[in-house]
Amino acid sequence: MSQGQNGAELRLVTPGSAIGPVSGRRVGTGALIQGDDIIATRVGHVRERHGTVSVDPVASCYMPRSGDLVIGTVIEARSNLWFLDINGPFQALLPMSLAPWKVEFGGTRDHADINDSLLMRVQEVDEVQNVVATMKGIGLRRLAEGAVLTIDVQHIDTLRAEGAALLKRLRDLSDCRLVLADNGRLWADGDAAGIDWLRALLRAVAAAGRSDRFEAILEAHAANAPNQGDA
Amino acid sequence: MMGGYGDVKLLNDDGTRLDGRTVDEMRPVEIKAGILPAAQGSAWVKHGLNVAVVAVYGPMEAHPRKIQRQDRAVLDVRYNMAPFSTSDRIRPGFNRRSREISKVTAEALESVVLLERYPRSKIRVEIEILAAEAGTRCVGITAASVALADAGIPMRDMVVGIASGKIQDTVVLDLDKAEDNYGQADLPMGICPNTGELVFLQMDGDLSIEEYNLATEYNYKAAAEIHEIMVAALKARYDGGEA
Repeated sequence: MSQGQNGAELRLVTPGSAIGPVSGRRVGTGALIQGDDIIATRVGHVRERHGTVSVDPVASCYMPRSGDLVIGTVIEARSNLWFLDINGPFQALLPMSLAPWKVEFGGTRDHADINDSLLMRVQEVDEVQNVVATMKGIGLRRLAEGAVLTIDVQHIDTLRAEGAALLKRLRDLSDCRLVLADNGRLWADGDAAGIDWLRALLRAVAAAGRSDRFEAILEAHAANAPNQGDA
Repeated sequence: MMGGYGDVKLLNDDGTRLDGRTVDEMRPVEIKAGILPAAQGSAWVKHGLNVAVVAVYGPMEAHPRKIQRQDRAVLDVRYNMAPFSTSDRIRPGFNRRSREISKVTAEALESVVLLERYPRSKIRVEIEILAAEAGTRCVGITAASVALADAGIPMRDMVVGIASGKIQDTVVLDLDKAEDNYGQADLPMGICPNTGELVFLQMDGDLSIEEYNLATEYNYKAAAEIHEIMVAALKARYDGGEA
């Protein structure tokens, strides 16, 4: 059985399994109340904090929220807007008024063509999950160099924990510039060796499926990293 | 009536079945989760000689847009038997039977998947039967449940597919090929083991009320056993437990 950060055993639950009686507790993500019991709706580890019971899923898809930093891939360019795949259930829409360029009507493909990757922020998500993105903001741009890698969404918090310590270690070992987006995409810009090493590492992490093994897998791959400096 | 060969002997003199099982004994079941790296979730299930592989993709934007539902996701289930899955080659592609099974499987799974979490989207479930020996729709449902859980799709419960039937006026659990072909009745069910809900029920042949109740009892007992194997498979995938 895996161990939590405080050494307590993490309890893995599956959809439908009872977590425990409600008894005044609130229900967070990955769980719901059925009768007098709290049941899990996903495969994940049970977490109880400040009277709220939730399940940290071991696999999940990206659900867009306003303000998220995302990397989108252009899948369609219309006369005055782009549709982008943001690695989630819903496509994002980028109107030319929210692009950083002066776009003529009908000239969207001059600035971002099909398969181009764009670093954007989610401007708005309405009640039926229409997603509007914006590129007006510091650092938001078309990603013309480097590679966009995929990372499971549930690992993002692990990478950002403790002042993004793991992300900094990834950057040092790979010797690449990195941008980690909220939608499970990682932009890496550097030598091919560094990008290949990152790709192999993320493939191993995805196969393991668990966030708490990220650091161990990283250490196992560290010996093959292109940059063995003082990092 | 099923089959039509009422004089085929399917029970031994000592009351056991031709493959040696007792009347309330199911075929051995093995399950593995997360076997396909390209899919969001996947499962492999071996139930007797049946082998099913299921891949789950999504949630994704539903196309064409006319199939989108503004308040929930659409579950797009495709059941298909491989040409080499039976002794006689099956013509590749969909047929009336596969369409029917796809439809009833989707309806069974819609009862437990929290589709309202993903409005306007689509979840694709691809069920491929690699080897068939009676009861493939049940194996497909079981495998689809594991694959959906593996994909992180929120569900109220998992669905277990299992069938009982009647041979030589005796109710038996989990019909094999000969029993399915020459038996008198078949009662496949989709059962939610945690809540006890019945989300899928079909019946082929005739059963009396007593026989139906006994077959249901057998199915619920087997569903609990299969559910334990499903949970063990998911734990083995994510927690290093025993499969």
